[in-house]
Amino acid sequence: MNVTVTVNGKAHTRDVEPRTLLVHFLREDLGLTGTHVGCDTSQCGACTVHLNGDAVKSCTVLAVQADGMEVTTIEGLGTAADLHPLQAGFWEKHGLQCGFCTPGMIMSAAELLRHDPDPSEATIRHHLEGNYCRCTGYHNIVLAVQHAAAAMREREAGQAADD
Amino acid sequence: MTDRTDKYMGQALKRKEDPRFITGAGQYTDDFVLPGMLHAAMVRSPYAHARITGIDKSSVEGMPGVVAVLTGEDVAAAGAGPIPVGWLLPDLKVPPHHAVAQGEVNHVGDIVAVVVAETRAQAEDAAGLLAVDYEALPSVALGSAALGEGSPQVHDDVPGNVAFRWEIGDETALNEAFNRAHKTVKVKLRNHRLVPNAIEPRASLAQFSPASGEYLLYTTSQNPHIHRLILAAFVLNIPEHKLRVISPDVGGGFGSKIFQYQEEVAVLLASRLLGKPVKWAARRSESFVSDMQGRDHESEAELAVDAEGRMLGLRVNTVANLGAYLTLFAPAVPTYLYGTLLNGVYKFPAVHAKVTGVVTNTVPVDAYRGAGRPEATYLIERTVDVMAHELGMDPAEFRRINFIQPDEFPYQTPVALVYDSGNYEPALDMALDMMKYPDLRAEQERRKGTNKILGIGVISYLEACGLAPSALVGQLGAQAGQWESSLVRVHPTGKVELYTGSHSHGQGHETAFPQIAADELQIPIEDIDLIHGDTGRMPYGWGTYGSRSAAVGGSALKMALQKITAKARKIAAHLLEASEEDVEHADGVFRVKGAPGQQKTFFDVALMAHLAHSLPDGMEPGLEATAFYDPKNFVYPFGTHVAVVEIDTDTGVVKLRNYGCVDDCGPLINPLIAEGQVHGGIAQGAGQALWEDAAYDEEGNFLAGTFMEYAVPRADDLPNFQTDHTVTPSPHNPLGVKGIGEAGTIASTAAVANAVMDALWHECRIAHLDMPYTSEKVWRAIREARQGAGMGQAADD
Repeated sequence: MNVTVTVNGKAHTRDVEPRTLLVHFLREDLGLTGTHVGCDTSQCGACTVHLNGDAVKSCTVLAVQADGMEVTTIEGLGTAADLHPLQAGFWEKHGLQCGFCTPGMIMSAAELLRHDPDPSEATIRHHLEGNYCRCTGYHNIVLAVQHAAAAMREREAGQAADD
Repeated sequence: MTDRTDKYMGQALKRKEDPRFITGAGQYTDDFVLPGMLHAAMVRSPYAHARITGIDKSSVEGMPGVVAVLTGEDVAAAGAGPIPVGWLLPDLKVPPHHAVAQGEVNHVGDIVAVVVAETRAQAEDAAGLLAVDYEALPSVALGSAALGEGSPQVHDDVPGNVAFRWEIGDETALNEAFNRAHKTVKVKLRNHRLVPNAIEPRASLAQFSPASGEYLLYTTSQNPHIHRLILAAFVLNIPEHKLRVISPDVGGGFGSKIFQYQEEVAVLLASRLLGKPVKWAARRSESFVSDMQGRDHESEAELAVDAEGRMLGLRVNTVANLGAYLTLFAPAVPTYLYGTLLNGVYKFPAVHAKVTGVVTNTVPVDAYRGAGRPEATYLIERTVDVMAHELGMDPAEFRRINFIQPDEFPYQTPVALVYDSGNYEPALDMALDMMKYPDLRAEQERRKGTNKILGIGVISYLEACGLAPSALVGQLGAQAGQWESSLVRVHPTGKVELYTGSHSHGQGHETAFPQIAADELQIPIEDIDLIHGDTGRMPYGWGTYGSRSAAVGGSALKMALQKITAKARKIAAHLLEASEEDVEHADGVFRVKGAPGQQKTFFDVALMAHLAHSLPDGMEPGLEATAFYDPKNFVYPFGTHVAVVEIDTDTGVVKLRNYGCVDDCGPLINPLIAEGQVHGGIAQGAGQALWEDAAYDEEGNFLAGTFMEYAVPRADDLPNFQTDHTVTPSPHNPLGVKGIGEAGTIASTAAVANAVMDALWHECRIAHLDMPYTSEKVWRAIREARQGAGMGQAADD
C-alpha cells in the first residue's frame, strides 16, 4: 500500500505492507533510527513520536494509519547545534545514561510541557509512567524536565516582552 | 591550543557522549544495515523440558522470502562446538550448551531452529509455522525442588541435578561460636529470580567474507573481547583475528550482555553458510526467555551474638538455582562473588557457608547487577535486622557496635577476602543525619495502629569490585584474566585518542576517561576522545562488569598516560635544551624551572615526536603508549543506605517514600556520573524488593512474556533520592578509585526490604516475609497477624 507521511517536515511516499508499524516505517524505510523499539507491546515508550502533534507509541500505530499525517521524531525536535530545551535539559541534568530510552522520554516530556508549562514533580512522574528507564532511577529525568520547563517559560516570557 | 589550569578529575562535567543520544544519533546494533542483509528469527521451545522428535523444514520452505532453516544438526555439521563455561569449580558438572538444541530442549525459550529470510517479518512468520514435534519430559523449576527425592532429572550427566557443592569458612570455629552464643536467630530467605531488562533488547548482525575468511559481528556486548575469544577459540574454531566484534552504542547491560549467547553463534554460522550478512534482534518476549536471569537463591541464615550484642558467627546454607545450563560466570556468582562477601562490614569471628549449585528447567542464571553481592548483602542485612528486632536494639546501633574499625585495615575476613580500606561509621552517621533518623522513629511510633504505618530500613553494605588479580582468580577457577589494557595515541596536532578494553553502555566512559587524561596530559578535554567497544581497534580487554572500569580500566589508562608524559617530558627537555629534572609540567605546558618563557606546549612536543626532526639520541619517533594493568587486589566500596516506606494497612500498598544514602567509592572522577549510577542502582534494587519477580510455575513455564506481567519500576513508583558520599581511597591502584555502578542495587534491595519488615515488625511482630512485597502479600500478612493477636476484623466485613 502506498502511504505518504510527512516526517520532520518532509513528505515521504513509500509502498508498505499493510501490517507495517509506524516505528518500523520510520526506522527501516526512512532510516530514522533515533526512535527505538524496547518492548513491542507499548509499555516501555522508547518508540514515542509525535503524530499530528500528539505523543504516540509508534509501535502501536500502523504506517497506513499515519497516511497523510505529520510525524515528528527525535531527529526533528532539535539538532546538536540547536538543541530543544528538553534535549538541553537532559544533557544538563544527566537525565540519561545508555541513551536508549532517551528519545522516547524526550518526545513524551515534550507533550507534557505543551499542555502544562510548569508541571509539579508528581505530574512529571505521572506523565512519564509509560516511558521506562532502567539506568537513571528517573530522579535526573524529573530534574531534566523541570529544567527544560523553566527554560521554556523564560523563553516564552522573553518573547512576550519583545512583542 | 588554549592553556588551562583546571583540574578535570572530580568535576561534575556534562557528558561528551550525550549530544548524539539526545538527538537520536546514537548507533545501537539494531540500527546497522549491511547490503544484502538477511534476517534471522529463532524458533524457541514452548516446553521446559522435551525431546525433539522431528523438525519438518518443508513446512516453511517455499514460504515468501524464506532462505534457510538451521537446526541443531546443521549447526553440528558446520563444526560449531558448545558454548563453554568461563569459571570452573572442582567437580563441576557442565551439561553441553549448544547454540541450537541437539535432541533435547531444557527450558522454555531454548532455541530449536533458526529461520533466515529476506525480511524480519518473513522470518518471524515462518518461525511461527515451522513444524516441530516434541515429546514432553518431566521438568522442575525451583532449586530446592530439583534437589528433592525423585525430582525430574534435567540432564542425564548431572546426577541429582547438582552441578557443584561448595563451601567456605571454618565450620568448627563457627560451631564453637554458636555454642557460646547468648542469642541466635534463624531466617529462611528466598532471594527471588529477576530479569535484568536492559531497555535495548539484545541484537546481533554477522557478516562473513568468504574471500578473506573473516567474520564481522556487531553485537550488544559489555565485553567484545570476551565474545571474540569464546566464539573464535571455543565455538567456531577459528583464529581470533579472523573475527572482529564491534559493540557500538549499547542500551544498558546490567550484566545481561556479558555472556556468550546462542544467537550470536547462530547468526555467524548462518552468515557463513548463506554468504550474506544476517541480523537478529530480540523481541522483548524473547528477552524474557533468553536473556540470562539473576539471583534465585533459597537460603537459611543463622546469626549468633553474645550478651553485649557482638556478632559471634554467621552460618549460611544456600541452594542456588543455575537454570538449565551453566553459562559464562554462572559458577562464580553464588560462590566467589557471594560466599566471600558474607562477612559484610562486621567483625565476625566466624562465618561458614555451604552453597549447592542446582540445574533446573529454567532460563540460565548468571551475573545480574551486583552479581552475588546483592544476594550476600540481602542475607546479612536482613538477618542482622531480625536479630536487632529480637534483641530490642536499634538496628543502626546494632550495626555500629559491630563495625570493623578504621584502624583494623587491611582486614582479613573469615571468608578469604582482605579488605583494602574502610571507615564505616561516618557513612552511617551521615546517612542517619541526612534522613533525620530520630524524627523518623518518632513518626513511626505516632503512626502505630493507624492505617498508614511507617518502616525504616537501615543497611550498611560492602562490595568487592574490580575482581583481581589475575593469578588469584585463576586459582579460583576463572578461565579469564582480570587485568585491563589501554592505548593512548597522540596525533601530530596534539589531539589524543584513548582506547580502553572496558566498555561503556551507559557508564559515561567517554567523559570520565578523558577527564583522567586531560589532567595527566594537561590539555583541554575537548582534544581527547575515548574509543571503545571494537576488537579491531583495542589492544585487548576484559570489558565492563563488576564495577571494574574505573578501578582497573582507569588505572590502565593512567599508566599509559604516565608513559606518554614521561616521553613528552624528555622531548620537551631536549627541545628546551634543559635537563629533564629541570622541566616541570604544569598549567598545560612544559616549562624550564626558574626560566619563564622557556616553554613548550603539548602540541609542540606532539608535533616534534612525529616530525622527528630533533629528538633525544636513540629515541623512537611517535607518541603512543600501551599499558596493561593487573590490580593487586579487589577494591571494597561501602556505605549506608536508608529507605523509608509507608504501608497502607487497608490495601497492603507499600510506597517508597524517601531514600537516602552515603556511599564511599574512593575519589570520584565525575560526581554527576557517579550519582547517576547510584540513582539507577537504587531503582533496580528497590524493584526487586517491591515489584520485580521472574516467576515460574512448578513445571518451568515462565509466567512473564511482556512488561504487562513483569513490573519494573516506573517514574511514579519512586521518590527523589538523597545521596552523599565519603571518600576513603583504595591504596591499591594509582587513582585510589573503587567502583559505584552496582552499589545502589547491592544496598537498596536490603534497605527497602528491611524498611517493609521494620514496619511489619513494629506493627504486628512479623519477623520475616519474602520479597517482593506485593500489596496482596503484605495485606494478607497484616490481616493474619492482627487476627492472630485478636486485633482482626471479621472475615467478611
